[in-house]
Amino acid sequence: MADLTVSIVSAERALWSGEAKSVVAKTPEGEIGILAGHEPVLALLVEGPLRIEKTDGSKMLVAVHGGFFSVSGNAINVIAEVAELAEDISLERAKAALARAQAETVEPNEAAIRRAETRISVAGLASAAR
Amino acid sequence: MGAQQRVFRRRIRSVQATKKITKAMELIASSRIVKAQQRLDASLPYLQHLMAAINAAATGASDVSKHPLMANPDNRAKAAVLVVTADRGLAGAYSANTLREAEGLYANLRNAGVTAIPFVVGRKGVAYYKFRERAVGGEYTGFTDQPTYADAKRIGEDLLNAFLTPAEEGGVDEIHIVYTHFVNMGTQEVRIRRVLPLEVVDEVIEKDSAMPFPLYEFEPEAETVLDGLLPQYIQHSVYSALLMSAASEHAARRRAMKSATDNAEDLIRTLTRQANQARQAEITQEISEIVGGADALASS
Repeated sequence: MADLTVSIVSAERALWSGEAKSVVAKTPEGEIGILAGHEPVLALLVEGPLRIEKTDGSKMLVAVHGGFFSVSGNAINVIAEVAELAEDISLERAKAALARAQAETVEPNEAAIRRAETRISVAGLASAAR
Repeated sequence: MGAQQRVFRRRIRSVQATKKITKAMELIASSRIVKAQQRLDASLPYLQHLMAAINAAATGASDVSKHPLMANPDNRAKAAVLVVTADRGLAGAYSANTLREAEGLYANLRNAGVTAIPFVVGRKGVAYYKFRERAVGGEYTGFTDQPTYADAKRIGEDLLNAFLTPAEEGGVDEIHIVYTHFVNMGTQEVRIRRVLPLEVVDEVIEKDSAMPFPLYEFEPEAETVLDGLLPQYIQHSVYSALLMSAASEHAARRRAMKSATDNAEDLIRTLTRQANQARQAEITQEISEIVGGADALASS
């Protein structure tokens, strides 16, 4: 079976690109799994983990915070405003950020809480998979 | 040493100290231009994908001209103008140029019956409006030499909020950005870009013939995707304007500091000549005094 060519681009730089067997992403309508030969799709992403199974069978997790992805042919482009590879996430920093965001009682910064929670869950999933 | 000579020596030392500073700033600015350019290049893939997706979604959506972000309101009353200036001076006419261009834009808008609300980036611009006691819609400072996406997002959200507020409650109908386009190391030019309302529809038709999109399945439907993409487009427009301006700012500063260094060198050369002349004049005077004294003794 043909492989997918995945590239992940965040607003500040091109983050990662390579070959993969499958990609699972989270859209406003639910999770969507992409294999090679999928019909062209343009979908929004919601904050959450993006799961990539590489051709050698290893799994890769990316925390995406908003954005969209497009599938055409066997190429899939993930365009996220902010995206981080699981191994780049510092669990301590994410936890500290979560605590800080929750401590702001005057005006709870929901975006910051969501972002920190996504980071923590992605880092957690990645360490469980290892 | 005579008094005149001492004055020259002191001035030479002072100019030399200034020259060291301007030389250092020139070198720092040169290295930062490269970094700013790299950041600009790194942000391009995102922009390409984003534009392609917006065009695809606009083609897929049933009637884009009705979309709030694209509909051209018949009664334009207010326009937000984002003016990108520098935080620090010593960059030649960099900030002054954008501010002057912005004034031109305000005049044009005024003639069309539109009130301009400036949103100002950079301490220089903020000071300009504060000194003239003119109201601004927003002030953003502290990041112009190294803007991050978070900065751009903050500005983009403010602009979008102003745009989405109904006109009766003080919202704006248009968004313009005045920034300095980085052509190359030697040339930068101030540009005005209208971000909203979008004119995607024309672009779609234009580009359609060149490269057809695959028939995308939209998830959720095309209109919702478009809704989700357009705020990102605004934020990214702000981001690339900030990056462009940052690169231009460093280039302008490098040029200003280079001419300051050259000027200091000229000054040192002139002052050294004058100091030598003063020394020579002093020696000549001493000799003529001695000769004169000896003559007076001999004749008596």
